[in-house]
Amino acid sequence: MSAKAMQRKSMAPWNFINRHALTILAVLLLVVIPLSLESFRLGLAAKYLSFGFCAVGIVLIWGYGGILSLGQGVFFGLGSYMMAMFLKLEAAANADSSSSTALSAFFGQAGLPDFMAWNSVEKLPWWWEPFHYVGFTIPAILIIPALVAFVLAYVNFRKRVGPVYFSIITLALAGIMAIVIIGQQGYTGGINGITDFKTFMGMDLDQDRAKVIMYYVTAVLLLLTVIIGRFILKSRLGKVLVAIRDREDRVRFSGYDPAMFKAFVFSVAALFSAIGGAMFSLQVGLASPSLVGIVPSIEMVIYAAVGGRLSLIGAVYGTLVVSYAKTFFSENFVQYWLYFIGLLFIVVVMFLPGGLASLMEKLRLGKKQAETLKTPVGKNLETGSQ
Amino acid sequence: MNFDMLAMQAFTGLSVFTILMLMALGLAIVFGLMGVINMAHGELMAMGAYTTYGTAILFEHYFPNFMGVYFLIGIVLAFCVTFAFGYVLERGLIRFLYQRPLDTMLATWGLSLILQQTYRQFISPKEVEVPTVSWLQGAWQVTDTLSFPLSRIFIIGLAIVTSASVYFLLFKTRWGLRIRAVTQNRTISGAVGINTERVDAFTFALGCGLAGIAGSSFTMLASTGPVTGQSYIVDTFIVVVFGGVENLLGTIASAFIMGQMQSWFEYFMSGSMARASILLLVIIVLYFRPNGLFASKVRR
Amino acid sequence: MSTEILSVSDLTVSFDGFKAVDNLSLFVEKDELRCVIGPNGAGKTTLLDMICGKTKPSSGSIKFKGNELTKTTEYKITRAGVGRKFQTPSVYEDLTVWENLELSYPKQRGIAAALFFKSTPEINERVNQVAQEMYLKDELDTKAGTLSHGQKQWLEIGMLLMQEPELLLLDEPVAGMSARERDLTAELLNRISKGRSIILIEHDMEFVRKIAHRVTVLHQGKVLSEGSMDQVQNDPKVIETYLGL
Repeated sequence: MSAKAMQRKSMAPWNFINRHALTILAVLLLVVIPLSLESFRLGLAAKYLSFGFCAVGIVLIWGYGGILSLGQGVFFGLGSYMMAMFLKLEAAANADSSSSTALSAFFGQAGLPDFMAWNSVEKLPWWWEPFHYVGFTIPAILIIPALVAFVLAYVNFRKRVGPVYFSIITLALAGIMAIVIIGQQGYTGGINGITDFKTFMGMDLDQDRAKVIMYYVTAVLLLLTVIIGRFILKSRLGKVLVAIRDREDRVRFSGYDPAMFKAFVFSVAALFSAIGGAMFSLQVGLASPSLVGIVPSIEMVIYAAVGGRLSLIGAVYGTLVVSYAKTFFSENFVQYWLYFIGLLFIVVVMFLPGGLASLMEKLRLGKKQAETLKTPVGKNLETGSQ
Repeated sequence: MNFDMLAMQAFTGLSVFTILMLMALGLAIVFGLMGVINMAHGELMAMGAYTTYGTAILFEHYFPNFMGVYFLIGIVLAFCVTFAFGYVLERGLIRFLYQRPLDTMLATWGLSLILQQTYRQFISPKEVEVPTVSWLQGAWQVTDTLSFPLSRIFIIGLAIVTSASVYFLLFKTRWGLRIRAVTQNRTISGAVGINTERVDAFTFALGCGLAGIAGSSFTMLASTGPVTGQSYIVDTFIVVVFGGVENLLGTIASAFIMGQMQSWFEYFMSGSMARASILLLVIIVLYFRPNGLFASKVRR
Repeated sequence: MSTEILSVSDLTVSFDGFKAVDNLSLFVEKDELRCVIGPNGAGKTTLLDMICGKTKPSSGSIKFKGNELTKTTEYKITRAGVGRKFQTPSVYEDLTVWENLELSYPKQRGIAAALFFKSTPEINERVNQVAQEMYLKDELDTKAGTLSHGQKQWLEIGMLLMQEPELLLLDEPVAGMSARERDLTAELLNRISKGRSIILIEHDMEFVRKIAHRVTVLHQGKVLSEGSMDQVQNDPKVIETYLGL
């Protein structure tokens, strides 16, 4: 056999993996994981997947759009809290299903979430009211974060705020949101967040059966975001996005409004994050400010970075790997977790900017060819300068 | 609000201003002059603080009679330690990431996590306090009802001395000339024989050293813990970005404005809402002046 | 007057006190190929920058087909029919030649349209045609970043052609090209100037002579001389400024 044919043969499995990457992921998520993990671990996996939504969004806006958002926690949090509000109101309405809600009934304010009673909030705030209805909650989760993201991004990009400054703005927003949530204890549950829900539309969330269903829903939705992401990237919009990332000024002279395009993908990423947040609340049973602020938002970036900032599927793997590592460390070597993730940030940025996905490419194409694919040809990913 | 309250507020504002300025000066050099966003800048301040703490322990054990001066030695040592660390950091990590500001942010964030855990594990997970220096205790009794804490006055003095020194260094010495040359035009600087790599390392180290001084001086005001750095970094960034990154004078002006805003906001609303309001204000200002409040008019 | 497509009137722009363009007036007809020449710093690139919207003037007006451009943003100016080619080749390195050209197709440039854009046989036909004219037929699947300097210049002109502009602004299109490439480009420009107006900045006088209909000489932000190549070359003012054009 000739050398080239031998090379081709050894790369065949990698080619196969590349072409069927989405199917392989689907099989992993929908078949392998549920069958091999028992309930508790499955719940963990579901939690990891909910972070995956953010990572997929980050790949879209960062890898392909050149926008580094350090505040995806904001949108994750919005989705998470909105779902939590709905679940909490449902729990409070069924006063006999939990002792803490019974407590608030005792205080003479039936239907009021317990933490509000504890904080002497006498009446449900008006902006909590609509979350009694699932018909409002679900659309709100899908629309409000995306809308906020769109307006925020458009307004800034129209003004041609630079990428660094925009990152700092997202950082500041994450900080503000966390501060406000923690500060307004009576309305948001403060630092403890919103907890203690029992049912979703009557379905008992604690039961194994519910957990399994939730897992599948999350996995399917996540795969859907990957598919939507791919659709966007393959379309003309995706190409314009790459052009904007590399040469934003030039794109204006092709007749496109970069602010619109960037705002669009930013809001798509926000939508994904919000869905992730909502699924998180459903599965983990709480909404917390610890997932809204600066630290968790930056952590979400590492999920995408490890997977490969140019790979949607990589984002899912990256999330699973890093989240699993976090659980592992916190169960066994608590003090080493920060060293691990800190080093991960440095190593990935310095030596593997394309993440695990670029490793795959290396294996697939042979090391030499993959060198040219590590980062886009001739372009600096961020500044657009050469 | 009577005169005393006004004076106290103004003084607090002045004090916060100088603190912010000390913190921001280091970051302004690193970010403004070099375009590097060092997310670990807060941990460098903590490093300075811990160095001072270490100096205190050292003096307690070996030179108990000289406790009065340990603090001054502590500040100098803090500068040296953080300067050295910054130099090594630039050579080992930062210089590979020039032209990639977003990547620099991520890598230095990772570093900040590592440093935090190092402090937690090897120094103490709890906050540490430095022993008070006798001659800085108490306050300057201006009137019966008005007194200004000596420690804060010392910091104001330190900030003035430090800024003056930096100004002198940058504008009146050859090294400063080299630094300014390299930041303005790297290629030509290299062509006229300036060792740009050394200048880069020195400039970055200088920024880190200033962070060390800042952290060191804060030990007089508050205790230091593994996450202290993180609580400082946001404010510092805001000051630098707000003021316009290219302009050290802008940074100083920005620190002043922020200082006053912070003290007045906190007078009227709770601590956390004050912070949130300031952050919000910054976002709004950045919208109108994306290059900062005092940035020079952009060409075109 | 009715054949005038671009009228620049009393245009001024100053940067930190320095007047790069000083009360400049210039009128371009339909189907005209106007070359703008002049020493470095004369304001040539700045003039183009202002027409395409990259720079905002301090005062004056630029009217394109009767529409005022000075208050309009770049992408809208582009959509109105003005195409700009930059001094250093400016193409989308990470996209293929085909994708660069297809992206320049001047329809469906909004979000929804871009998301659901489907290529039609007409568009494919056009991309192939333009690639052919730009001598890039064999490079359609190559990433633009790997093209040679001259090829990148042609690609950029090709992208502009796809946009079907009525006014083309070219800034030193043959800079960095070999003699052969220059000849090919001159041929190309002569071909594509039918049916559109072109303003071209160049330093190579032989090149200008080959293609220009009219020439405008700029100096220190003002018009020094204007006319045919012969007229301008024999103008004593020009000779004085250039000292041996």
